[in-house]
Amino acid sequence: MLVTSSRFKERAREKLADPNLQHALRKLQGNFVRGRAERIRELDNFEDIRAAAAAIRDRALADLDLYLERFEREATARGTVVHWAETRDEVSRIVCDIARAHNVRKAVKSKSMVSEECALNEALAAAGIEAIETDLGEYILQLAHEPPSHIVAPVVHKSRDEVSDLFEQKHRRPRKSGIAELCREAREVLRPHFLTADMGISGANFIVAETGSTLIVTNEGNGRMATTLPRVHVAITGIEKVVPTLEDVATLLRLLPRSATGQSITNYVSITTGVKGREDLDGPEHFHVILVDAGRTRLLGSGMQEMLRCIRCGACMNHCPVYQSVGGHAYGWVYPGPMGSVLTPVYAGLENALDLPHASTLCNQCGVVCPVKIPLPDLMRKLREEQFARRLRPWRERLALAAWRYAAERPALYALLERVGVRFLARLGGKKRRIRRLPFGAGWTAGRDLPAPQGATFKELYWRRR
Amino acid sequence: MEGHIAARAPGPLPRVGDDPAAHFRERALALASTVDEVGSLEYVPRAVSAYLNRHSLPLAAVCWPQFAALDWNAHGVRSEARAATATDLVGITGAFCAIAETGTLVLVSGPRTPATVSLLPETHIAVVHVSRIVRNMEAAWALLRTEHSGGCPRAVTLVSGPSRTADVEQTVTLGAHGPYRVHIILIWRA
Repeated sequence: MLVTSSRFKERAREKLADPNLQHALRKLQGNFVRGRAERIRELDNFEDIRAAAAAIRDRALADLDLYLERFEREATARGTVVHWAETRDEVSRIVCDIARAHNVRKAVKSKSMVSEECALNEALAAAGIEAIETDLGEYILQLAHEPPSHIVAPVVHKSRDEVSDLFEQKHRRPRKSGIAELCREAREVLRPHFLTADMGISGANFIVAETGSTLIVTNEGNGRMATTLPRVHVAITGIEKVVPTLEDVATLLRLLPRSATGQSITNYVSITTGVKGREDLDGPEHFHVILVDAGRTRLLGSGMQEMLRCIRCGACMNHCPVYQSVGGHAYGWVYPGPMGSVLTPVYAGLENALDLPHASTLCNQCGVVCPVKIPLPDLMRKLREEQFARRLRPWRERLALAAWRYAAERPALYALLERVGVRFLARLGGKKRRIRRLPFGAGWTAGRDLPAPQGATFKELYWRRR
Repeated sequence: MEGHIAARAPGPLPRVGDDPAAHFRERALALASTVDEVGSLEYVPRAVSAYLNRHSLPLAAVCWPQFAALDWNAHGVRSEARAATATDLVGITGAFCAIAETGTLVLVSGPRTPATVSLLPETHIAVVHVSRIVRNMEAAWALLRTEHSGGCPRAVTLVSGPSRTADVEQTVTLGAHGPYRVHIILIWRA
């Protein structure tokens, strides 16, 4: 997917002025935020489970190579073909090669964010293979030619009326207005595709080293279809998704659905291992797993390694005041919200996403709700530091920081400037003690007033009271 | 690494009350499954027939081979043991086990337990012995390792209620691509 994160500010302004989107985002806050809180209260030992989950992810990352090799060994022993893809382009190439080798003409896709990273659908189309998204949200987006705006609820930005219009136009059936009728229509349109597809493409929420299995969590059942009915199944996932044992999976599954959609468990958890047995009546004859690096190993051993714990629940964005205000499209790549503000710069280039580490108030709501305890605000702060060190920030900002540093290293000068500054601002605030327009900071005061200082500096007040 | 995998240490477990069957029932109902109870296996056809009649569903089903020998005819139900196809409206399966903590059915694929029967039909009826209700996922994995020593079956599917979607305006709608209804028949005597 093309990175358009450099247009964050401009997009954010558009999104703030979009009443339909604002309505949808308020609903998201209600449902997902309240749902999560309720399902977490069910657990009397939530914090213990959360600590255990973070430890499971850390353990896997600490010995990532060993766990991945164990996974490969177990999977291969069961007839699964394991591929390693270093780049996003390689992923598309491998999938197209598999499709050609098995004479695949139609593929049904279950939701996969990694395949969004790779722009797989475009590559398949170029290779003459029809790829159909089957998650309802992803299907709607495919019809509308739009990218997802949320990693769990990809079509959160669209209203029911928009979906009605889209279905009427694309399906050429009488217009439906009820949500249940729209879902029924999508089921009826997609069912024949499941039954005639040659290949099913899925992601994997986890891969299990102990058993060589891939695992997906779904609610709609399309993931089960895509991994059961077609004769070829291809699972695409990031190398960081490995977990050691099924017990570890159980711990993580207590947190993933709760954090994502406020469910104690998703409708389906599908664990697939190897190919159809000789006497089995159903299941794929060929199973390929593509393990994707695409920038992930760069994070290992770096200050950003904790980000690889991420289990893609979306709780950070659901709880983020910035995401809640601008939605997912403003972020300009596959992953929005706080996790996207870290992942986009590290996977797609810091210089391509200058605003994202700043698209946060650092309020730490994301850090508080993260089921695997990723210190998201710290990571965004580190990216800000890296931007500064690599001289990627605008010259005015760098000049201002250099000036501040010059003063901060000279206490007498600093105190003097502070005294002058505070008195100037106090006068600027006038009787109402509010500054309507800050010199050199008009952007900051464009949306709100700055309370004026009292007229004395902290140091002065401190010494006076001693 | 090998040591950690071999240890298979469980994480912190949430409390499941003293009565796993009651807990299972309560959780299954909360996730929009329906639950019926019968004394023994021979009463299953009657319970299935009553359920199908109650919901005005056709008295024709595809089932796992283990239920083929039951007296379906006596209760007017036509049942065929095979993998499901696109036109089947009712699928009857057993379950490898069931998980009390979440009200979940554990289905395991195999020659005699085709995965399509619980997936393609609009109504899924699952027959579960109460003795197969375990407390949590960890207990289900332990059972799986004991009874499938050759390694993980091709598909292990956890089913917790009818398929659903909330993609459009976050309104939960039952019956997305999988079944619209999941009906669980618990058997008390083995």
